[in-house]
Amino acid sequence: MAKVDFKIWRGNGEGGGYQDFSTDVTEGMVVLDSVHQIQAESANDLACRWNCKAGKCGSCSAEVNGHPRLMCMIRMDEVLKETPEGKPVTIQPMKAFPVVKDLVTDVSGNFEIKKKIKPFKPRKPDAEDGTWRMAQEDVDRVQEFRKCIECFLCQDVCHVLREHSLHDEFIGPRFLVYTAALEMHPLDTEDRTTELKDAHGIGYCNITKCCTNVCPEHITITDNAIIPLKERVVDKHYDPIGKVWRWFHGTKKEANDQE
Amino acid sequence: MGDFQTHEHDVLVIGAGGAGLRAAIGAAAVEGCSVGLVCKSLLGKAHTVMAEGGVAAAMANVDERDGWETHFADTMRGGQYLNNPKMAELHAKEAPARVHELEEWGALFDRTQDGRILQRNFGGHAYPRLAHVGDRTGLEMIRTLQDHGIHQGLKVYMECTVIELLKDGDRVVGAFGYDRERGRFRLFKAKSIVLATGGIGRAFKVTSNSWEYTGDGHSLAYHAGADLLDMEFIQFHPTGMVWPPSVRGILVTEGVRGEGGILTNSEGKRFMFDDIPELYKDSTADTPEEGWRYVTGDKEARRPPELLTRDHVARCILKEVREGRGSPHGGAFLDIAWIKEKFANSEEHIKKKLPSMYHQFKQLANLDITKEPMEVGPTTHYVMGGVRVDAETQMSTVSGLFATGEVAAGLHGANRLGGNSLSDLLVFGKRAGEYAAKFAQENGGGEIDDAEVDALAKAALEPLERDGDGENPYEIQRELQEMMQDKVGIIREDGLMREAIDDIAKLAERAPKAAAPGNREYNPGWHTALDLKCLLTVSEASARAALERRESRGAQTRNDFPDKDPDDWGQHNLLLRKGSDGAMEVEKVPVVPQTEQQKKIIKDNQ
Repeated sequence: MAKVDFKIWRGNGEGGGYQDFSTDVTEGMVVLDSVHQIQAESANDLACRWNCKAGKCGSCSAEVNGHPRLMCMIRMDEVLKETPEGKPVTIQPMKAFPVVKDLVTDVSGNFEIKKKIKPFKPRKPDAEDGTWRMAQEDVDRVQEFRKCIECFLCQDVCHVLREHSLHDEFIGPRFLVYTAALEMHPLDTEDRTTELKDAHGIGYCNITKCCTNVCPEHITITDNAIIPLKERVVDKHYDPIGKVWRWFHGTKKEANDQE
Repeated sequence: MGDFQTHEHDVLVIGAGGAGLRAAIGAAAVEGCSVGLVCKSLLGKAHTVMAEGGVAAAMANVDERDGWETHFADTMRGGQYLNNPKMAELHAKEAPARVHELEEWGALFDRTQDGRILQRNFGGHAYPRLAHVGDRTGLEMIRTLQDHGIHQGLKVYMECTVIELLKDGDRVVGAFGYDRERGRFRLFKAKSIVLATGGIGRAFKVTSNSWEYTGDGHSLAYHAGADLLDMEFIQFHPTGMVWPPSVRGILVTEGVRGEGGILTNSEGKRFMFDDIPELYKDSTADTPEEGWRYVTGDKEARRPPELLTRDHVARCILKEVREGRGSPHGGAFLDIAWIKEKFANSEEHIKKKLPSMYHQFKQLANLDITKEPMEVGPTTHYVMGGVRVDAETQMSTVSGLFATGEVAAGLHGANRLGGNSLSDLLVFGKRAGEYAAKFAQENGGGEIDDAEVDALAKAALEPLERDGDGENPYEIQRELQEMMQDKVGIIREDGLMREAIDDIAKLAERAPKAAAPGNREYNPGWHTALDLKCLLTVSEASARAALERRESRGAQTRNDFPDKDPDDWGQHNLLLRKGSDGAMEVEKVPVVPQTEQQKKIIKDNQ
């Protein structure tokens, strides 16, 4: 057992600052355990979100030593290795969202963005029993995106949101992944490329891959979700031959609808 | 009356895990029905995300011999025949349609070779029956319901806790609570209310449940005058993590055993072969070789003993530990890495089939499950007991108050089969939502008592007004959890449970003196203080029911009554309700009788 020093940001939307704490760290503890211990011992009203404590719900996102992480999935021994000798471990709320209190931020905007994306629209069931047949390999690609636990760490690191605050013009990596999961769903017949280009601002992403690097579910956000979506937007809106072709033949998705 | 934010809906759903979301979608589908959905956390974070193994539905995609009758019989046998047979029948019949409905809403389950929904083996299920997505089925389900639900016109109140139900005469007419972010009070007026608040795991020290599961719905219903049922039956999942200490209790999916994982003790012995209950003798493998054939799809083989019901596996692990053959940190070994003897590419196979287990152990315990065995032990996981409901409508004994999912009782009897909780919440979530909407249409609103609401608000603020001068709410919670773990845990006996009831009474005297420093803004100390009432209520209900049931059956194991009592206790459930003097009453009632057809199905499937 060893005493470890922490600097935890405390405050609300109007302002705040770091407060010093010290607590015992034992084998196997994760950062969230330390925060809970501090909460129980010396700061009952220290605010932080958490639920599953196993990296499955995406509630406890924060910035630990400056790195956006899930507090429940990072062990204290790893954090101490990266913390300079004699310095405290720092914990602060996600920077890209307004602070509610202490480590809790207002992420409600994310829930509003999702509502604006056209929902799933399946083709008609085509198997005899009134359901569908899908091959595992076609499902695999979308299952990767559906692993997302909505921790919003990708939104937190995305410079379009974090540095430039373009929340009204750009839906951010989480919702590009969400759109990709719908667009590449084997049963989906909806077309979301026009909104992607206009209202959802896919052009703002300049594929720096910061989002991919922080994803706790290891979703290859940039390569597998965003770039293919960008290609779809280009195919639809900037390819003159394709445009003429679709003018005569309709899009594949429209053709499906007519069946 | 004080100046509270007031919201009015036809149907108010409290709880937004799988059951609450499905209920809300069901209610919103009724023309003109306005639905409010209250969740204690952010939307999509509820405990359903933790469900790993799969959703049980007799679709017969992998084994054509399966059907609703077998699923019904398995559920009844798993519940040791204390289940409500009507609920078990509805559940088995309707689960396949509810799973297909999720696919219509965008869920992507793993597939069979011919492109249908793949199903896996699980404890107590005769055939491969669990539709799944690797080991993150719950996430797939809650996200599908959430993403579908947000387009159904629901009004969602995130991070909001309900502290009391409001009645007008005999029926519920509203609920009172606070929003966690700002600490403002909210008054909900509703024509009917669906409770979907999940379980009571936080009453115990070692649990797979998060902070939310303080038995809110159980307690709200009880204090509103509803009957609780079967509260002695708390499922201790056999495989929780045991090391390191900070992760003790976190779930290790039964899917590990479904994929061929075996349990061994410190002597390397596969101890589950030593004790196979009479009820399952004919359906359990004799040799490891037969067990392996079963998990790899041989329809002639019988299942390995690791896939016996959860209550039995938990007891067997505990026995090994108590007799000195446990793992270094007080559990047993769960080994999936051994399948390398059978497969050339076993490491890839394990990572593909159990990705989040791989991830969880790698990151939290620094252990590679494709190479080494895990250490596991029992963890408080699920409460079979809950609000007594009508099988068809899910209405409680209080008019206009419905309950569904884990907070409702009846389907699972004395022990729940893995995978039946996810199908439970779909089948009965839909029913609860629809019948709550129907009730709202037929009954209109009622009157809220302003003075009652003012008194509730005043009482709720008391912990803050003590300005830190009082009991630490975390300390009371910790003492309760440790006490319940020791005295009302997996192995129970008369004296300890009597002590537990006394201890609960003492803690209940201290709880109202809890003090929370700070203000109303996102103050977990204050929230913890307010949750204590619910935790104490459900703890008392469980202790009293467990004391009363003088036999061992399903999840209830008594040192002093180690055998089943088929003639008396095997024919009775226990009801709990608030007496006219405010004290908790326990009543022994006959089980819901099986129909002749149900009896025949059970017999044919033995």
